[in-house]
Amino acid sequence: MTAGGLVTPPGPGSGGPDRGAQRERTRLAWRRTTLTFTVAAGLAVRSAFEGSVAIGAVAAGAVVLVWIAFLVVAHRRVRELTELPVVGAAGGRLRSAALWTLALTALGVVLLR
Amino acid sequence: MINRLTATLRLWFAPQRLREEGRTPDYRFSLANERTFLAWIRTALALVAGGMAVDQFLTGMRWGVRTAIAVALLAGGAVCAVRAVHHWMRCERAMRRGEDLPVSRFPALLGVATAMAALLVVAAVLLGQAGA
Repeated sequence: MTAGGLVTPPGPGSGGPDRGAQRERTRLAWRRTTLTFTVAAGLAVRSAFEGSVAIGAVAAGAVVLVWIAFLVVAHRRVRELTELPVVGAAGGRLRSAALWTLALTALGVVLLR
Repeated sequence: MINRLTATLRLWFAPQRLREEGRTPDYRFSLANERTFLAWIRTALALVAGGMAVDQFLTGMRWGVRTAIAVALLAGGAVCAVRAVHHWMRCERAMRRGEDLPVSRFPALLGVATAMAALLVVAAVLLGQAGA
């Protein structure tokens, strides 16, 4: 890392492409969160097909839609994070991410046997 | 009290209003706050996945017990997700105003609740084994 000259000295006012790798760390945090969401959505799809196939297909479709919506939110935020200057506060995106998490939770309640 | 509640709710539904307050903090602090939010969302997702897993895999358990545990975990996930947004917003606002970060009892409560839920599942599994 240091050989490439990418690391800027720490301290106030130190410029650089990504101080303290903050943007990369945040991007990776989004990635981890989408992976966790995928696991939870996978479990929801599995429980959707416990009963009748027709109802299961509808429920699984809803789960997949919620999953895609979350991926879109994460993707847009990751895109923002790769641009300069960084948009610090991202209230709208974070709120959407929480809302889709709640949507998956609601589907999980509906899918309880 | 009521005024504070409505002000908070307004910020929930119009997060861009947050930018009208105070000064924009160093973006590194905002990003750290965002990562904390994401960690809470992952906690919420883990609780949701746990609830669904209990429902699907603890099939030897009576329906009532199994569903009660699953619903408790799913409700915990929902609370975590809502609280993640709320805490993110409070931290962001405190940073903009240059105030101390908000302290919270929530992590301690979640820790106690998780430990109790784990003990409950252990007891339920052991009793289920004994009854079988």
